[in-house]
Amino acid sequence: MTTVSELHRRGGTPTDHGGGGGDEGARIEIHGLTKRYLTPKGETFTAIRDVSLTVEPGQFCAIVGPTGCGKSTTLAQVSGLEHPSAGSVSVGGKVVDGITNGVSYMFQADALFPWKTVLNNVLIGPVLLGTPKREATELAMDWLRRVGLSGFEDRYPHQLSGGMRKRVAMAAALINNPRILLMDEPFGALDVQTKAIMQNELLQLWEGLRPSVLFITHDLDEAVALADKVVIMTSSPGTIKNVFDIDLPRPRGDVQQIRHEERFLELQGQIWSSLKDEVTRAYKQTAGASA
Amino acid sequence: MTSLAQNAALVREQEAELKASARRAVTLRKTWIWVGRILLAVIVIGGWQWFTEAGWVDKFFFGQPTEVWNSLVKLFTDGTAFGSIWENLWITIQEALGGFVVGTLAGVILGILLGSNRYLSDVVGPYIRIVNSIPRIVLGSIFIVAFGLGMGPKVLLAAVLVFFVVFFNAFQGVREVDQNLISNVRVLGASPLQVAMHVTIPSAMTWIIASLHSAFGFAIIGALVAEVLGAQHGVGLIISQAQGTFDPNTVYACMVIIAAVTLGAEYFISLLEHSLLKWRPPSRSEAQAI
Ligand SMILES: Nc1ncnc2c1ncn2[C@@H]1O[C@H](COP(=O)(O)OP(=O)(O)OP(=O)(O)O)[C@@H](O)[C@H]1O
Ligand SMILES: [Mg+2]
Repeated sequence: MTTVSELHRRGGTPTDHGGGGGDEGARIEIHGLTKRYLTPKGETFTAIRDVSLTVEPGQFCAIVGPTGCGKSTTLAQVSGLEHPSAGSVSVGGKVVDGITNGVSYMFQADALFPWKTVLNNVLIGPVLLGTPKREATELAMDWLRRVGLSGFEDRYPHQLSGGMRKRVAMAAALINNPRILLMDEPFGALDVQTKAIMQNELLQLWEGLRPSVLFITHDLDEAVALADKVVIMTSSPGTIKNVFDIDLPRPRGDVQQIRHEERFLELQGQIWSSLKDEVTRAYKQTAGASA
Repeated sequence: MTSLAQNAALVREQEAELKASARRAVTLRKTWIWVGRILLAVIVIGGWQWFTEAGWVDKFFFGQPTEVWNSLVKLFTDGTAFGSIWENLWITIQEALGGFVVGTLAGVILGILLGSNRYLSDVVGPYIRIVNSIPRIVLGSIFIVAFGLGMGPKVLLAAVLVFFVVFFNAFQGVREVDQNLISNVRVLGASPLQVAMHVTIPSAMTWIIASLHSAFGFAIIGALVAEVLGAQHGVGLIISQAQGTFDPNTVYACMVIIAAVTLGAEYFISLLEHSLLKWRPPSRSEAQAI
């Protein structure tokens, strides 16, 4: 299986071959990244300021921060969908300019194609890379099985539950065996039980492929349970406030269980005390702006 | 134990009862709708017949249902001064279809091109609005002067009318495309052409198909008007001839024929809509009609 998907790996660099872990091509280096937007009134708005961050190959990095602090903006710069106003992002030593090769992106909003069946939603990744339709279909069927959606190939997204849609999105994101996986609050809208199941599934799949992950979340438990490293961003304009290394052993096992471990609670407490001020400040900012 | 089983049986019975009464309510509703429809037709057509019969309305100007029927029969049995009705109808349909196809293709292609290019749409936008605001039907006269009495100018006028309807819808449809979906395929490495194939066109399709319903109507209008303005064959010519001989009944008869054609086309467009847009969630009203 892994060999099949390795064939479809994108990325031109010679160092870039197969399963993310330890692969230099999967290092994300963000240097002094600043992004300013032009508001419709013609003013500039600084969304993120001087963000610097390194994600080692195969590392799982969670980003938390108050709403509107620029987490999605940071991800958009890494993917190459937007251009930084200052600073740079490098992936595998190459400065990002245009769409980065070998990146998969799970968007904050539902980004499944409503006019494509579940199967076609998943196989679009390999098809766009030029994989023959038959092979792509086989690959997609295999991924649907892995995320527990065998038998739903012919459904349209509107015929699925929210959790199932997220699974399709996850299969679509992982099918290309990305070196880098960008996830923007992927499980934000799910109920607690479904969320736990999806988190376990994600960890399992990630351990199989080992891409470098940037994972945005508002849920501290989720951040600590999944990540190797948790990054706290300040309120707007966002910049890095703190970085916590999560030294819980891997494989983590069941995310529901790990929550009760002493070390988990300790880390979670530290992170929350760092984040609390920012959340309060962000709240005052928006309240002040609307007043 | 026994009471539990009895309870279950009772619940099942109630459920069956509920289902049956729901079905009765639906059947009753449908019956009443049809009663209303038929009643409305009887009142309008019967009223027309009665008013003209009684002389309150002059049937010389307004025709009469029975006379319209007679004209209709005559058109199909005796034919017209310009050949059989089938021949003429076929020519009009060819013109309308030709205009429909040309106008739709041009509208879709230009709408998608302009809709996806910010700069182009900003430059050309105002001019399109100006062209849209001029009464395009007048172009028919110019086309006939320029291209003669053949089928060409009719197809052209129909195409122009169709073009604008389809163009504006395609343009709007492209503008409404979910930017998230575009980002999604772009991240997956799609070229601009692939973005159009996988996202822009399928997404704009909802709007384009919606416009096709009215577009076919416009194609027919374009063909008919151009024929009225000057032709050697076609239903429009029959209409203008009947107008010349003060024969409203034949005009109405032609209207009935054209209406039947348009309804037929509408049916095919609905079929197309169903097969192309089968991914859409059923609308609320469809879901309710259990
Ligand atoms: N295209 C844009 N034009 C102008 N302002 C923008 C644009 N995109 C984002 N912003 C602004 O940049 C700031 C950061 O937005 P971003 O979406 O990155 O926040 P976020 O941290 O992801 O928030 P959330 O947790 O609520 O998703 C916000 O104040 C937002 O209003
Ligand atoms: Mg966001």
